[in-house]
Amino acid sequence: METINYQNFRIEAENICVDYNGKVALYDANLRLKPGQICGLVGMNGAGKTTFFNALTGFVNISKGKIRINGESVRSAQKDQTIAYVPQNEGIDSQFPISVWDVVMMGRYGSMNIFRCPRESDIQAVKDAIERVDLTDHLSTPIGNLSGGQRKRTFLARAIAQRASILLLDEPFSGVDIRTEKLISELFIQFKNEGKTILLSTHDMIHVREFCDLVLLINKTVVAYGETSEVFTPENITTTFGGISPDFLFGPES
Amino acid sequence: MELCSFLTLDSFITDPLTHEFMRKALLMSSIVAAVCGFLSSYLTLKGWALMGDAVSHSVMPGVVVAYALGLPFSLGAFIFGVGSVALIGFIKQKSRVKEDTVIGLVFTGFFALGIVLVSKIKSNIDLHSILFGSPLGISLSDVKQTIFISLLVVILLSIFRKDLMLYCFDPRHAKTVGINVFFLHYLLLTCLSLAAVVGLQSVGIILVVAMLITPGATAYLLTDKFDNMTVISVLSAIISSLIGIYVSFWFDLETGGSIVLAQTFIFLFAFLFAPRYGIFKLKKLFAGYK
Repeated sequence: METINYQNFRIEAENICVDYNGKVALYDANLRLKPGQICGLVGMNGAGKTTFFNALTGFVNISKGKIRINGESVRSAQKDQTIAYVPQNEGIDSQFPISVWDVVMMGRYGSMNIFRCPRESDIQAVKDAIERVDLTDHLSTPIGNLSGGQRKRTFLARAIAQRASILLLDEPFSGVDIRTEKLISELFIQFKNEGKTILLSTHDMIHVREFCDLVLLINKTVVAYGETSEVFTPENITTTFGGISPDFLFGPES
Repeated sequence: MELCSFLTLDSFITDPLTHEFMRKALLMSSIVAAVCGFLSSYLTLKGWALMGDAVSHSVMPGVVVAYALGLPFSLGAFIFGVGSVALIGFIKQKSRVKEDTVIGLVFTGFFALGIVLVSKIKSNIDLHSILFGSPLGISLSDVKQTIFISLLVVILLSIFRKDLMLYCFDPRHAKTVGINVFFLHYLLLTCLSLAAVVGLQSVGIILVVAMLITPGATAYLLTDKFDNMTVISVLSAIISSLIGIYVSFWFDLETGGSIVLAQTFIFLFAFLFAPRYGIFKLKKLFAGYK
């Protein structure tokens, strides 16, 4: 048996299963990502993309399998601020009375004291992050007054301020303007050079070819995984989106 | 003769203050309103209005049992408040019944139990004051309990102010950066139970949910900043309480109902005239004239 040196991998998910009250959302899923890799997570709605993210962040518990983040447990990855999650625009309450500055500051909460009093370094980190996403003119703008693209950049800034080495992005390109799309793609190149690992879910095939070194096609389990040039084939995509659902094969209780 | 007093606003305000029970009622109701108003920002943003209704109704049997046993009523109320939440969570998890249905059936069940207990336990429990509040007849031991619980809730909310805001806004991020979401969930529920306990003295079990959601809803229409929302919520709650008590004194009206009505009117005012989010967007109107 080959032994795996976990230190080589940022993300190491082995045969993970997630079920919600007996309903299987994801089973036998595997993923290994190294520093500097960008991986696209592609699948239909309900194929388990968000569930995969939730498992990696520890927001849901896995019922089987193992997840290692930088060779450590998900729990210690949380404590170390290793993973940042950038939600879909639809996944957040845009009417929440909170400003760009406050949202980005939330990226620092995990490393602050219990009262979450920002130190000089936290303020600097937030300033820098906001500058990198080009929102310096909107520091105190309520997020409800931002465009979709600006809101997306706000949450990207939160991930930057967190100084996470792994970024999970849920549909980063949906509902954003050209300017934001360009800015995000520039940031991706910077992140890659900084050795960050990126896992992003997307519906857009063009973005996968453009940005992703690797692609993970899922439909409740992994359909195909590997280098984008090899794996992202019409056959595999058809299987991912049009194939028989595992419910048919194993029954919904499997 | 009372009509003459209305001629001067001064005596409208000062005359009731000559009565000790009025001074006490005004002070206690303001404290209660401040606590409920503080919590209100979180509950309205989290979407826990129904949960607030459930907890406040569920404390009924706890209050009755505590009175019958001679225990502090807040203890009984708290146990049943938290118990109802635990039961809601348990039934939801173990059955296919939808959450709002579970909440509805659990709290009505508890409430019914309370009413049955009142009819069975022969004591000097005043059903009316439990259901509709009695800020004018609050006893000294109740005053002490209320102040203690209010302080506790305010301290807890102050310490975890930012974490609770994050929990309401984006629990997934909170979890991802290692913040104990489970703890925050139960902290908020605990504060909700405690606030319901103190709130029911002012306006009674049936209307206490208004204390827990209306000030927050009003503030939500008036600001885009969370801190401002909390301040406005607390202030509008206190002002409503004062207005309600004065009005009920001068016109001989039910006090709890008056307080809640005052809150409702302030909400309606914000609903119509809030600068940005009101029906008549005043900000736009004025901007047009410039």
